[in-house]
Amino acid sequence: MNAREHILHKVRTALGHSAATEFSPPPPVRLRIPEWDFQERWRRFAAALQKLGGKPVLAADPDQARRHVAAITEGRPAVASRAPLLESWGILNLPGVHCRFRDAAELRSTCASADFGITGADFALADTGTLALFASPEQARLLSLLPPAHVALVPASRLITGLDELLSLVPRPLEASSALVLITGPSRTADIEQILVRGVHGPGEIHVIVVKEGEEK
Amino acid sequence: MTNLPLERIRETLENARLQEAIYAATGRLIEHRRQVVAPEVLPDYEQLREQARRIKEHTLENLDAYLEQFEAQVRARGGEVVWARDGAEVADFLIRLARRSGARLLVKSKSMTTEEIGLRERLEAHHFEVVETDLGEYIIQLAHERPYHIVAPALHKTRYEVGEIFSRKLGVPREDQPERQTRIARTVLRQKFLAADIGLTGANFLVADSGAVVLVENEGNARLTTSAPRIHVAVAGIEKLIPRAQDLAVFLKLLGRSATGQPLTVYTSILSGPRRPGEDDGPEQFYVVLLDNGRTRVLADRDKRQTLYCIRCGACANHCPVYRRIGGHNYPWVYSGPIGKIASPQFQGLMQDPWLPFASSLCGACAEVCPVKIEIPRLLLELRAEIVKARTRESRNRWERTAFRIWAWVMTHPRLYEMLSLAAGLLASEEAGPSWLRRAPALLNAGPLRAWLDHRDLPLPGRSFRALWRQRTARVRE
Repeated sequence: MNAREHILHKVRTALGHSAATEFSPPPPVRLRIPEWDFQERWRRFAAALQKLGGKPVLAADPDQARRHVAAITEGRPAVASRAPLLESWGILNLPGVHCRFRDAAELRSTCASADFGITGADFALADTGTLALFASPEQARLLSLLPPAHVALVPASRLITGLDELLSLVPRPLEASSALVLITGPSRTADIEQILVRGVHGPGEIHVIVVKEGEEK
Repeated sequence: MTNLPLERIRETLENARLQEAIYAATGRLIEHRRQVVAPEVLPDYEQLREQARRIKEHTLENLDAYLEQFEAQVRARGGEVVWARDGAEVADFLIRLARRSGARLLVKSKSMTTEEIGLRERLEAHHFEVVETDLGEYIIQLAHERPYHIVAPALHKTRYEVGEIFSRKLGVPREDQPERQTRIARTVLRQKFLAADIGLTGANFLVADSGAVVLVENEGNARLTTSAPRIHVAVAGIEKLIPRAQDLAVFLKLLGRSATGQPLTVYTSILSGPRRPGEDDGPEQFYVVLLDNGRTRVLADRDKRQTLYCIRCGACANHCPVYRRIGGHNYPWVYSGPIGKIASPQFQGLMQDPWLPFASSLCGACAEVCPVKIEIPRLLLELRAEIVKARTRESRNRWERTAFRIWAWVMTHPRLYEMLSLAAGLLASEEAGPSWLRRAPALLNAGPLRAWLDHRDLPLPGRSFRALWRQRTARVRE
C-alpha cells in the first residue's frame, strides 16, 4: 500500500467509515455583515489602520489621489502594478514610477531596490484596517513586499465592512487567482523581548489611499 | 516519577532572569488577548468558539472525504499533493525534489509541524542549507535550540543574548537594540530569500473547497518564502483541514486574537497552485505534503480526538500556571504547555513520560481560553487514569490501595471526616507558625512523604469550611 492509500485507510478505520458511508453536511457557514454606511466604514478603517502605525488617507477624487501619491514618493524610485485603475488615475505616469519589466528577474531587482511599491488593492476591510490583494498578471506579489514602503490605492466602493463581507462577496477566493493576501498594517515583529519593531521582511511603512469617485453610500 | 526532569526544572525556577522573562512575556500575551476578546469588542466571541469547535469536529469526522476533496482541488490548480506517513517520508520527498531540481538552499517559515519531525535537521544531514526566516526561529536556529513557545519561539532570550548570538554567528558588530538587530536579520535573510530554490512552509489551515494553504504571520517572511523561490512546499498535518474558505471568517478571527491579541495578523496568505499564466512571480511548482505521523492513531480515539482541533495559538501555555513557571524547554516534546501535555502522551506513547499529565493543577485556565474549546483538564484526567491503570497492571501498590480505601471510607462518612479535620486543625495550631507542615512534625517529614513536602508547603489552615458555613448560615438566619 502506498502512503496515500495507507493514510486514507487508517483514517477510515479510525472513523469506522466504509466506502458507502454518507457524509454529514458541515455546520452552516457563519458570516455576519454589519450595516455601516461609507462614513462609518471609513471612520473604522482609518482608526484601525492608524492604531497599527499605517497611514490612511481619503481622497475626494482620483486627481487628489494622484497628488497624494506624488507627495509621498517625491519622485523617488517606485515600482507600481499595472492595475487598470492605477493607469486610469494617472499614477503610472508619475515621476520615478516603474511598472513595466522585461522579465521576472527585472521585476525582482527593481522591487528590491525601489523605495516604494504602489498597488491597487482589490478590497479594503473597515473593521480591521486590512487590504485584500489578489495576485494577477498585472499585480505581482513582490510589489507589496520587497520595497520598504507600500502605497495602496483602493476605490471607496471597495471599502467593505470586513472579512465576513469579503468572503460573502468572494466565497471561493482562489477560483480566479493563485494567491490572496490580506495585509493588516506594517510588517512587524515582537520576537526579541516582545519589543515592537516595524518593517522586518515586508514594508515597515504603509499608506492606504481610499479614493472617492462620486458620492459613496 | 521516572524521567521527570527535576534538575532542569529546578534550574529554571532558580533562574530569576528567565522567570521574569517568561512571566512578563506570557503576561503581556494574556493582556493583549483579553483586550480583543472582551464582550464590548467582540460580542460574539463565544459563538465563534462554538462554531470553530463544531467545524473541527465535523471535519475530523469526515476527514477522509475532505482529504480527497483537498487533493482534487490542489491538482485542479496545477499543484501536487504528497502523502507522508512520517518525518522520514517527508524528508525523502524533499531530498528527491531538491536533487531533481538542483536546489541547494531552502528558506523556511515558522512551522511546528516541521519542528515535530525535525525536518530541518534531516535536510541538513544531507548537506542542504535550510534557513529559518521568522526572526525568533532564526535566533533559535543560530543558538541550536528548540522553540520555547508555540508562537514566541525566542521568548526566553534577552536582547543581549541575541546580540551575542548575532555577532558570534554572523560576524557582525555586537548590537543590543532589537530595532538594529532586526535590520541585521532583514539584510542577511533578504539575500537568502532571493537566492533560495525552495520555500518551505507549514500551514495554519488547509481549505478543502479551494485546495488552499493558509499562512498567518506578522513579519512577511512567510510571504517571501512563498513568493520568491521557484518551488513552494507546504508541510501540514492532516488535521489542518477545514471545509470551506468561508470558514476562515471564524478561524482567522480566533487565531490572531488568541495567539497575540491581534484581530487579524499582519499577513494572511491564502495560496493554491503555482503562479498562473502571465504572472511575474510566485512559485512555478506547488506541493502540499499531508503528514500523518501519529494523527490517525489519535483520530481513532473518539473522546481524545479533540486534541487534533488545536490551531496552535499558544493561549493555553500563556495562561498555564505550570508553563509560566517551568517554561517551554522542560516539556518532553516540541509542543509545550497544556496542549503538549495531552498531545505528547498520545503521539509519543503513554508511558514515554508518564509524569506529564500529572504535572498540572487542573485549574482549567487552558480550557477556558482555548479558541476551539478542547477539554484539556478532562483529557488530562483521562490520561492519568490510563497511566495509573497501565501501572497497576505492572505492579499493584498495596499501600496506595489501602490508603485510598481508607480515604474513600472517610470521605463517605461526613461525621468522621469532620472529626478528623477538627483534629488536623488542632494539630496545626497557631504556635506551629506558617510552613508548619514542612518544619513541624519531624515524624511526617520522612520517608515517601518527604519528597512531597520538599516541594510543597501547606499554609496554616484557618477555620474549616464547615465551621465557616455554619457560622454564615447562623448569621443569615438571624
